Amino acid sequence: MNEQQSLWQFFLLHWDKILDQTITHIGLTFISLLLAVIIGTPIAILIARRRNLATAVLGVAAIMQTIPSVALLGFMIPLFGIGTVPAIVVLFFYALLPIIRNTFTGITGIDEAIRDAAKGMGMTDKQILFKVEIPLAMPVILAGIRTATVINVGVATLAAYIAGGGLGEFIFGGIALNNTNMILAGAIPAALLAITFDFLLGKIQKQKPEGTGKAMLVLPIAVLLLSGFYIIPSAGTNLLAGFEPEFMGRSDGYLGLKSRYNLNISSVVINDAVMYEALYENKLDVIGGYSTDGRLKAYDLVTLKDDKTIFPPYFAAPLVRTDLLKEYPELEATLNLIAGKITDSAMTDLNYQTDILKRTPELVAREFLKAKGLYKRPQNGNKATIRIGCKIFGEQYILTEIYRMLIEGNTAFSVETKTGLGGTKICFDALTNNQIDLYPEYTGTGFLVILQPPTSVVDSIISDPDEVFRYVQTEFSSKYGLTWLKPMGFNNTYALMMRQQDASALQLKTITDLKNYIDKND
Amino acid sequence: MIIVQNLSKFFQQTAAVKNVSFEVKQGETLVLLGTSGSGKTTTLRMINRLIEPSSGEVFINGQNALALPAEVLRRSIGYVLQSNGLFPHYTVAENISIVPKLLGWEKNTIQARVRELLVELHLDPKDYSNRYPRELSGGQQQRVGLARALAANPPILLMDEPFGALDPVTRSSIRMEFLRLDELKRKTIVMVTHDIEEAFALGDQICLMDGGSIKQIGTPAELLFNPEGDFSRDFFGSERAVLEMKSLRITNIWPYLESAEPDSLKNSGQADKDETLWMVLQRLSAGGPQRLLVRKDNEAKTISLEIIFRSLKQLKGIVA
Repeated sequence: MNEQQSLWQFFLLHWDKILDQTITHIGLTFISLLLAVIIGTPIAILIARRRNLATAVLGVAAIMQTIPSVALLGFMIPLFGIGTVPAIVVLFFYALLPIIRNTFTGITGIDEAIRDAAKGMGMTDKQILFKVEIPLAMPVILAGIRTATVINVGVATLAAYIAGGGLGEFIFGGIALNNTNMILAGAIPAALLAITFDFLLGKIQKQKPEGTGKAMLVLPIAVLLLSGFYIIPSAGTNLLAGFEPEFMGRSDGYLGLKSRYNLNISSVVINDAVMYEALYENKLDVIGGYSTDGRLKAYDLVTLKDDKTIFPPYFAAPLVRTDLLKEYPELEATLNLIAGKITDSAMTDLNYQTDILKRTPELVAREFLKAKGLYKRPQNGNKATIRIGCKIFGEQYILTEIYRMLIEGNTAFSVETKTGLGGTKICFDALTNNQIDLYPEYTGTGFLVILQPPTSVVDSIISDPDEVFRYVQTEFSSKYGLTWLKPMGFNNTYALMMRQQDASALQLKTITDLKNYIDKND
Repeated sequence: MIIVQNLSKFFQQTAAVKNVSFEVKQGETLVLLGTSGSGKTTTLRMINRLIEPSSGEVFINGQNALALPAEVLRRSIGYVLQSNGLFPHYTVAENISIVPKLLGWEKNTIQARVRELLVELHLDPKDYSNRYPRELSGGQQQRVGLARALAANPPILLMDEPFGALDPVTRSSIRMEFLRLDELKRKTIVMVTHDIEEAFALGDQICLMDGGSIKQIGTPAELLFNPEGDFSRDFFGSERAVLEMKSLRITNIWPYLESAEPDSLKNSGQADKDETLWMVLQRLSAGGPQRLLVRKDNEAKTISLEIIFRSLKQLKGIVA
């Protein structure tokens, strides 16, 4: 991954993975759809018969729909753990509303005279349901299934957050890695799936009401077949690793583990937010995490030593627009107040306080600055507004708060924070497009993700933190007009982590130990 | 054929139908006439138990209708609705076949019966069998609705405003068609309408309803000439004169006609003794002959405008 390949090359190189993810994606979409039809349709029929229940049921289904999908995934973890089950449950909930609502609307929308005639001619309730109500409501029911399918194709990308697989693996990996081809390798098949299913279901739906007899046969069979695409991956007896999408695609991540260590561990893709907990709850055995994460402390995890140095140094430093520093030199001096002041263990502790003890980043930052004697009351100046960006994880929020307090306390600037800008790509783009003025970045990320130097350069300097820092400083300055200020001291690098218990029981101290253990037990 | 005894229906506390009783003899048509909210439709729907009565009894052919399973009962009673209620996803032939299929008829028998009904109702089977209801005119839809009700040869037909959704021209032409239909002449029919003219045209008996109870029940002439209570007296309002003319036939006023020599009016027009006074009136007003010759048995009499008005006056004087 030295240079960005063309999209076509990426497809050729990864076609097996794309196919695999697409099949998983289709399976996820249709298993949940099938469940939603099996459960939603009888509910809709029930509430069409007993209208007094309708408002409550439709209300609950609508509320499920309004919960952001990521949040809904989060709720599912304590209940169903990680993997396919919670993903299917979430997709099921999303598909439920369109199916219930459309079936209900379809049935209640039937001309009362038709139902009256059916009854008056002596049809039984069952005959009325299957010969009159369902056939007549079928176009509307199909429209609901169509909506649910398209929604599910979209939401199923999020399954990659909780080790559910699907095209989200490439999409989120690509966003995290600033790799457009990888994003497209996930997004294009996902879009094609949505368009194809929408088209096909539209065809069936547009048939005249009298033709729906055939559709009623074809559809369940098709849905069943497509659901069958999804074979829930069986957990092996060996150790299972969970890596976040970004880690999967990085040479200082999964790719490096494979090439440098020859580590052949079965792995799933999972979101960083739930990864540690999954490890703690024995759902995973190894994860690729961040060495300063607060959960390391909370869950009693240990890191394995990177004895072949594939993980480059990730020293955090403010990345600032050079123009701004020239205009306001006092900014540099102010931000340098924190240089070298935060050690690894200090950062882990700060993260622990926010992530685990749930204290606000603002409070944690202020206490830290006070303890270091760096806190000053805000001057409430309005000389200019400094816009600070931040990626969407806890440590960045704390660092952002520290910058803000330093700037407000020591200068006449006011500060606007733009928090939660997603991953590296979004923050970096915001900075180069002059939408923010600075954000905390890590030297390794700047080096490998943004600059992506040739392999020869990477190999020659990666193990030397100072060299890496000098390299990014020079390159960023000339290429992007951005300045790396002095690092704050800690190194938030990737690390493989295990439960303390396991690591000592299996006597694993380094990644090489892990590799040997896996090879032996394979 | 149909006996309704003390039928009542309460919705929560309000009575929609109170203590309604009547009898319809085989081959007769009873019209339930009243304004909206009078309880006529509720009464009709209690006969085939689309609405379950709160109290009272219905006997059909001596059998207690409330003791039968509702579906079985309904399959033996034809049901025609105002808005036809045809299944939009069924063809004309499929719609007509519904009840025979429910009754488990042979496929060939059903096909033959469908063809027969379509011919009877002037819908060419070749052309119409495979059409869908939306491809038919309102009048055609109503005819298919009737065919569907007649399909399984039910002895009884319930009709809920069967012509209510049609425009006036179609309405009267379809009504005439229905009147001429042999199959309908044999049926025992209960029909709901709010159209007084329709009630008089079709009803052997008219059951005048208001506020959920029967105000008067009787032949059209009885309702006109022997109204019981203010409601019956006032109900026909401005239409009374016309209705009277339409419900009375020459035989009804025979004693008031003037005797005539059979040959005396050779050149003037003749009228049939079963013509309604309304028809005679229209002919006499048209500016032709002033008198018409009528024969009954071996007697010959003449009728004129003057005689009609005089006899009406006397008739009402006597009856009222």
